[in-house]
Amino acid sequence: MQKLLLLGDEAIAQGAIDAGMSGIYAYPGTPSTEITEYVMHSKEAKSGKVVASWGANEKTAMEAALGMSYAGKRAMVCMKHVGLNVAADAFVNSAITGANGGLIVVAADDPSMHSSQNEQDSRFYGKFALIPILEPGNQQEAYDMVHYGFELSEKYRIPVLMRITTRLAHSRSGVARREVREQNEIKLPENLKQFILLPANARRQYKGLLNSQAAYILESEKSPYNVLLDHSDKKMGLIACGLAYNYLIENFDDHKVPHPVLRIGQYPLPEKQIRDLYETCDSLLILEDGYPLVEELIRGFMNNGKPVKGRLDGTIPRDGELNPNIIARALGLPDEHGRDIPAIVSSRPPSLCKGCPHIYSYNALNEALLTAGKGRVFSDIGCYTLGALEPFDAINSCVDMGASITMAKGAADAGLVPAVAVIGDSTFTHSGMTGLLDAVISKSPITVIILDNATTAMTGGQDSSALGKIEDIVAALGVEKDHIRILNPLQKHHEENLAVMKEELAYQGVSVVIPRRECIQTVTRRMRETKKQQLTEKSEA
Amino acid sequence: MKKDIILAGVGGQGILSIAATIGTAALSKGLFLKQAEVHGMSQRGGDVQSNLRISDREIASDLIPMGKADMIISVEPMESLRYLPMLSPNGWLITNIKPYINIRNYPEMDKLMAEIESQPRHIAMDADEIARQMGSPKSANMVILGAASPFLDIDYESLQNAIRTIFRKKGDEIVQVNLDALQAGRDFAMSKMN
Ligand SMILES: Cc1ncc(C[n+]2csc(CCOP(=O)(O)OP(=O)(O)O)c2C)c(N)n1
Ligand code: SF4
Repeated sequence: MQKLLLLGDEAIAQGAIDAGMSGIYAYPGTPSTEITEYVMHSKEAKSGKVVASWGANEKTAMEAALGMSYAGKRAMVCMKHVGLNVAADAFVNSAITGANGGLIVVAADDPSMHSSQNEQDSRFYGKFALIPILEPGNQQEAYDMVHYGFELSEKYRIPVLMRITTRLAHSRSGVARREVREQNEIKLPENLKQFILLPANARRQYKGLLNSQAAYILESEKSPYNVLLDHSDKKMGLIACGLAYNYLIENFDDHKVPHPVLRIGQYPLPEKQIRDLYETCDSLLILEDGYPLVEELIRGFMNNGKPVKGRLDGTIPRDGELNPNIIARALGLPDEHGRDIPAIVSSRPPSLCKGCPHIYSYNALNEALLTAGKGRVFSDIGCYTLGALEPFDAINSCVDMGASITMAKGAADAGLVPAVAVIGDSTFTHSGMTGLLDAVISKSPITVIILDNATTAMTGGQDSSALGKIEDIVAALGVEKDHIRILNPLQKHHEENLAVMKEELAYQGVSVVIPRRECIQTVTRRMRETKKQQLTEKSEA
Repeated sequence: MKKDIILAGVGGQGILSIAATIGTAALSKGLFLKQAEVHGMSQRGGDVQSNLRISDREIASDLIPMGKADMIISVEPMESLRYLPMLSPNGWLITNIKPYINIRNYPEMDKLMAEIESQPRHIAMDADEIARQMGSPKSANMVILGAASPFLDIDYESLQNAIRTIFRKKGDEIVQVNLDALQAGRDFAMSKMN
């Protein structure tokens, strides 16, 4: 079969379809979004009736996947790294319940924070939950590891974490497919108490998980993804995890490294190979894209063995994504680069699209707050976070999804009145609703502005769970009808919108303002698709 | 054979259409390919770049090492300079000179041109104007790709076929417009080299 040219994300999706997955659940988040989107657009997935759906957030997605696994079918759940924080309760406990049908959790990390608030390393979550972790080093491995991961998951009845990073997720390369495997039939867990984590059961399950650790290590030792490549110069041995191996060999002609190299693609770490490498080499250099997880383990608190170099001793920078040049410097190889960037080149940050509804919401809000003064606007994550930049300079926080409403409540409780929360429609259903309930119950004087652009714009325009329901949800949570105000964020309505914002800022209770107009990008996309459809209909007629 | 290419532009300018065309042509020749793209951030107007690597042997890194790129292909003049540290000393800078001005401190045009012209090997053209004169203002990216085509080490016919493959669904007319734009860019580059 001819190779397919796939993004790392797409390779995972195709792998899952070919490995007989029955359902994929996710909440969008860069760089993980394209996995689920690929399955949603796949004809094969459609004909196999594979369920592909966006959950309200990562926790609901994780739980739905666990439910499908309970029923004996193969399931996948995908999220960006910070999504795993949201899903953490379900994730960590799923290691105790274990799986029934194969279950793979994909967490996409973002070293260097290309589009994230932090660069946390999901391998720590896998280690914390005591489950096997797979870390593909290229697109082909991403595809193959899905097959392997489902097998591993079913063999030990344990969820498997697949950890990828932005660079793999969003880079394309040729991928060869395997034969397609049938989906599983429904099959209940053999022990119907497996998923009941009452203490007595949970203790038994947890002991089982602990007892399996030795077997997981053995699996890692014989894994095709953990390979010790022996070479003659033993002054130094290298451990290269995931993509780091590619950056390493890029530095050598014919990709031949003079030192022994242990490639890591599966965790828990293969003890035997690590020991072999340590014993035969004078020192070790650890290359990992993310936090120094392996390095910390090998170096240990006392650090009294052979020299172990990496991110902790400064051989490699402590933060940020790896690349071939960083590794060249660590190896003492010449670190070349071309001409410097000319001084006249200025930075060009992203900005809200021309005509974006958020622009007019911020213009009205900024003016409404002129008398109260700056420093009162708690915001959230989405396109509207660009309100932090020029020319708006309109918001004062962006922490984690949903934090706008709850932080505004806390600040109002402290006496900062008026306090404003600015949150997107998708973020509101992801994590804003519970916070709003808190505010309603304690009658906190806050003004919540829910920017309803009818989509999850930031991540490319996925459907928003809140579509057409926001005012009903808000009313049901107990916000008074008179203080739920809907606006049309357009320049020509500026004066009206301003007046409404001023009224609600003056109200001493919870009020919700909903500026509503569709995202320009999704409108354009819809028009394009309609046109395309008309064209095909015309050519078929 | 190895070609490491940095594609540069501003979000929304469609640099990935250039990558897709080169990629399709490379695959038809049985070459290896890696292409790191930029996703996320739906908003427009920020700087974007993509690393495109083609080779007749297996490619290791998804990222091009600094100072090793054979070519920068840019659809915007200031953006073409942002990636100079990536370019090898004898690499080519191929850029559109039609500026996309969405920031207050955009450099003066003559200073920008002086920087571009100080690059020993460069091709600079107003691709938007060339495309407009041909009556197809949307095909500026194909003009730029055409200007890069003599340096790609991929035969011209394969690029033409790639355009046919990619634009087939949009109809014969669109295919021809893009083929013409490719040729116009190529002619421009050839005239500069002679
Ligand atoms: C826990 C978590 N999950 C996912 C993301 C990725 N993400 C950032 S903003 C966003 C959605 C924004 O949608 P919305 O609130 O409707 O605002 P819009 O971008 O449409 O203005 C998502 C999914 C994240 N940052 N954190
Ligand atoms: S993608 Fe939509 S919501 Fe985001 S900036 Fe553009 S118009 Fe606004």
